[in-house]
Amino acid sequence: MVQYESPSLDASFAALADPTRRGVLEQLGRADTSITDLAARFGMSLTGIKKHVSVLEQAGFVATQKVGRVRTCRLGARRLAEEAAWIEAYRHTWAARLDALDAVVQNMINEENERGTQI
Amino acid sequence: MGHKSDGQTGAGPNPTTADRVSDRELVITRMVDAPPAAVYAAWSRAELFRKWWVPQSLPMKLLSCEMDVRTGGAYRLEFGHPDFDQPMAFFGTYLDVEPGKRMVWTNAESEEGAVTTVTFADKGGKTLLTISNLFPSKDACDAEIASGATAAMDETLAQLDALLAAAGTPLAG
Repeated sequence: MVQYESPSLDASFAALADPTRRGVLEQLGRADTSITDLAARFGMSLTGIKKHVSVLEQAGFVATQKVGRVRTCRLGARRLAEEAAWIEAYRHTWAARLDALDAVVQNMINEENERGTQI
Repeated sequence: MGHKSDGQTGAGPNPTTADRVSDRELVITRMVDAPPAAVYAAWSRAELFRKWWVPQSLPMKLLSCEMDVRTGGAYRLEFGHPDFDQPMAFFGTYLDVEPGKRMVWTNAESEEGAVTTVTFADKGGKTLLTISNLFPSKDACDAEIASGATAAMDETLAQLDALLAAAGTPLAG
C-alpha cells in the first residue's frame, strides 16, 4: 500500500493553518517587512512573531536576511515560484484562446479576399 | 508582484505574454497578423466571438452569447460544463466602446469581478492586442489567478493538438 506522506507537505499545511501566518504572507506579498514591523502590525511580541516567521521559513514560504540589527522578511522562493506558476497557467489559457481567435480572424480575412471585398 | 510569463509553449504563431503588473491588474498581450478592424470584428460580433472565446481544448461549451456592443450596452454569456447541471452565466455592461480601437466592460457576475479593457493598436497593418483585467482588490486578483491555473490544468498536449487541427477548419456560413 502506498503511503502518501510528505514531510514537506505536512510542514506546508501546518505553516498555512494559522491565520497570523497567512496574514504575514499577505503582508510580505505587498512589501518586504522587518520582524519589528511585523510584530507591531500583528500586535505580538518579538518572540511570538519570530516563532511564526520561523515556521514559515522552514516551509520555504518566507526568507529572512539580517542587515545590521534589522532582520527583514520577504516571500521565499517557494511562494514566488507558486505565483509564477499561476501566471504561466493563466498565460497558457489565454494563449489557447487567442490561438483560436487568430484562426477565426485569418479565416475571416481569407473569405473576404475570396469574395474580393473589403472588411 | 511583477511576475511575467512570455513562454512560447503555446501553439500560436505569435507569443502570448501574461504579466501581473500590480497587486490587482493582470495584462495579456498578443500580436495578431491582421488589421485592427478585423480583430475588433472577432471581439464585437457575437457570431464570430462564439467561435473562439472558449477554446475547444476546454471542457466547457458556450451555450449562448448575446452582445450589444456599444457604450452602455449589455452582454450575457452562458456556458455549459459537464460537471454542472445548470449553465453558468457571465454578464456585464460595456463602459466604453470605440469601434476598432477599444472596448471596456464590467464582469458583473461577481462582486469582485474585474473591469476588462481590450485595446486594438494598429502596428503597420497588424494588431497589438492588450487585454487588461483590473480587479477591485488584491484578493480578487489572487482568486482569478488561481482559477486560471485550474482551467489550464484541464488542457493536455493532446487537446492542444485537437485545437490546432480544428483551427484549420473553414468557418461555416
